[in-house]
Amino acid sequence: MTQKDDEPHVFPLGRKPGELLFCAAFLMFAAALLAMMGWQTSWLPRANLAAQPRLWPAISLSGMALFGFILWLRTRSIARTPGRWQEAAVWLRALEYISWYVVYVVCIPFVGYLPSTILFCVLLTLRLGYRSRMALLSAFGFALFVVLTFKTAFNVKMPGGALYDLAPSGLRYILIRYF
Amino acid sequence: MDLLLSSFDIIARWDVIAALVLGSLGGVLVGALPGVGAAVAIAIMLPATFMLEPIVGLTSLLGIYGSSMFGGAIPAILVNTPGTPVNALTTYDGFPMTQRGEARRALGLAYSASFFGGIFSIVCLMLFAPVLAKIAPMFGSREIFLAALLGIVLVVLTHRGQVLAAAMLAFFGIFLQTVGLEGKGYTQRYTFGQGWLQNGIDLIVVVLGIFAISQALVLFLDKDKSFPMPHVGKKGFFKVMGELWIFRRIAVVGSSFGVFCGMIPGVGEFMSQFMSYSYAQSTSKTPELFGKGNPEGLIASEVANNSVPAAAMVPLLALGIPGEELTAMMLAVFYVHNVIPGPALFAEQMDFVLALYMCLIILNVLVVFFLFFATDTLMKVMLIPNRFLGMMILTFSLIGVYSLRNSLTDVFVASGFGVFGMILKRLDYPTSPVILGIVLGGLMEDKLRTAMARVKTPWDFIDRPIAFILFSMIVIAVLLHCWTMWKAHQGKKVDELHSETGN
Repeated sequence: MTQKDDEPHVFPLGRKPGELLFCAAFLMFAAALLAMMGWQTSWLPRANLAAQPRLWPAISLSGMALFGFILWLRTRSIARTPGRWQEAAVWLRALEYISWYVVYVVCIPFVGYLPSTILFCVLLTLRLGYRSRMALLSAFGFALFVVLTFKTAFNVKMPGGALYDLAPSGLRYILIRYF
Repeated sequence: MDLLLSSFDIIARWDVIAALVLGSLGGVLVGALPGVGAAVAIAIMLPATFMLEPIVGLTSLLGIYGSSMFGGAIPAILVNTPGTPVNALTTYDGFPMTQRGEARRALGLAYSASFFGGIFSIVCLMLFAPVLAKIAPMFGSREIFLAALLGIVLVVLTHRGQVLAAAMLAFFGIFLQTVGLEGKGYTQRYTFGQGWLQNGIDLIVVVLGIFAISQALVLFLDKDKSFPMPHVGKKGFFKVMGELWIFRRIAVVGSSFGVFCGMIPGVGEFMSQFMSYSYAQSTSKTPELFGKGNPEGLIASEVANNSVPAAAMVPLLALGIPGEELTAMMLAVFYVHNVIPGPALFAEQMDFVLALYMCLIILNVLVVFFLFFATDTLMKVMLIPNRFLGMMILTFSLIGVYSLRNSLTDVFVASGFGVFGMILKRLDYPTSPVILGIVLGGLMEDKLRTAMARVKTPWDFIDRPIAFILFSMIVIAVLLHCWTMWKAHQGKKVDELHSETGN
């Protein structure tokens, strides 16, 4: 039974590029953790089996390794779709966006939540290729909406920016408390 | 009557009503956005609900859960792209109807079917509530352990064609919950001497990584999709909704499948839709038109998926066992407020349970009226470019990850799970077994330890009626799966033999 790309599907069939690579990596990860079990978990001499701290890591890692191995074997037997390393490159490309995310978080305690969020949204919008005034204004408006909703209205716990300390004392409190 | 009044008293508050309205309308909106879905929205909203009272927090999440499927039908019918994964079957018959120029009729039937499914399941469960309250206290440690195990087994087995991957990922979830300082003997498990691993891996951080950040990455790495907006027409939805009466048999049977599948942990929408659709096709006078714009197929799909949310609350509230990822996330709200769902909650706080069901009724009415007037506006949200949507999801997800403890470590962990979830999604691997593994794994470890203290022989473990029934269900489910696989293998061999002799 084959599946066409343009048809909606609930249960996908076949092998996707990079699937074998993922299975192999996952299997190695499970095997490495399994090998570390002796020094990463304990066995209590007087406790029964169900109370052993090692029991559930042993069950789960054995399950990961067993099903990972069978999946790897089964995946190998299916005709491959070319493009394994291109797919791996796509996975690595995701790290660029993760870097954006981490830089955004790192900036918050220094620049403040409102300026960081506006900068993040507008610059990421530009990076994604949206250059129109409408797109940039939307990104700016969205950033403002997020901060006003979550920090100003719901008062979620976000650190005040060090930059806010430069503001006059009355304004400083408002900036730290609400933005 | 006192119970009903007491339940009404719980929800007759401005903050509960506001949470319900915002949650349900927000749910329709995220449902209508292909690429977002209820799981992403609930993951993002989850930490924000921790500061609210349990009923307020749960109501807003229930609103998103119960209404997203209504919204998800819009892009499924109009542009052949399901708004949420459970609307995939809706595209089979909904989109061909749009191509025939019957978009308004298809939308009206989808709304009425969803509404019927939702109300049917809530009424059923309200009627069953006293019975469930009597059965729930019969669940001791071993029954809860076996029910959780059944949930894991069914979650794995219902991922047709991906059982091995689902099993591997469920075990990974179970492993993740073992990391950290173990609670009974106070020994370290896979902490590698790192202080940040001693408290274990936070469920919220994993949820935000696997559902929200991963989805943003998937959208960033994909191309923007443009949808040609079909002409919907001006015919009133009220007239179309009346048409459901013609298909009442399918609506009732499909909703019953939804209630049944929703109540069994690990089964959920996909299986109920599959059963409902198969039933509708096998009993139809025009089965050849299924997949080509048959309203019966559309109704079968929509009644089944919308009758699941209310039913899925039963194992969650009565046993503390979530059946799928959305209820697993809701469980976190209970734990944060130190309200432990389980037999005691169902038996002693029935008014709270009924209040939640009342909220579901209200949200169904609210949503259907909202859709009557706002469908044309909602169609415009589908025009938001995918990658821009990714930026929005990533910005929202930070609130959840960072506001928990202002910890950069949490951000790194969530990012790691985000990349992992992105790889799973690109490979079409399921993500829900990981979350259910984390939630149910911890529960199973705890309950097995308690149960084994009173068990002398293996037979003692299943010598109570409910434990025996649950154990039998696990064995039957596994055997049935093995038998189906063997039959499929034999069929494949026969096909190969035929093709060889034919050549």
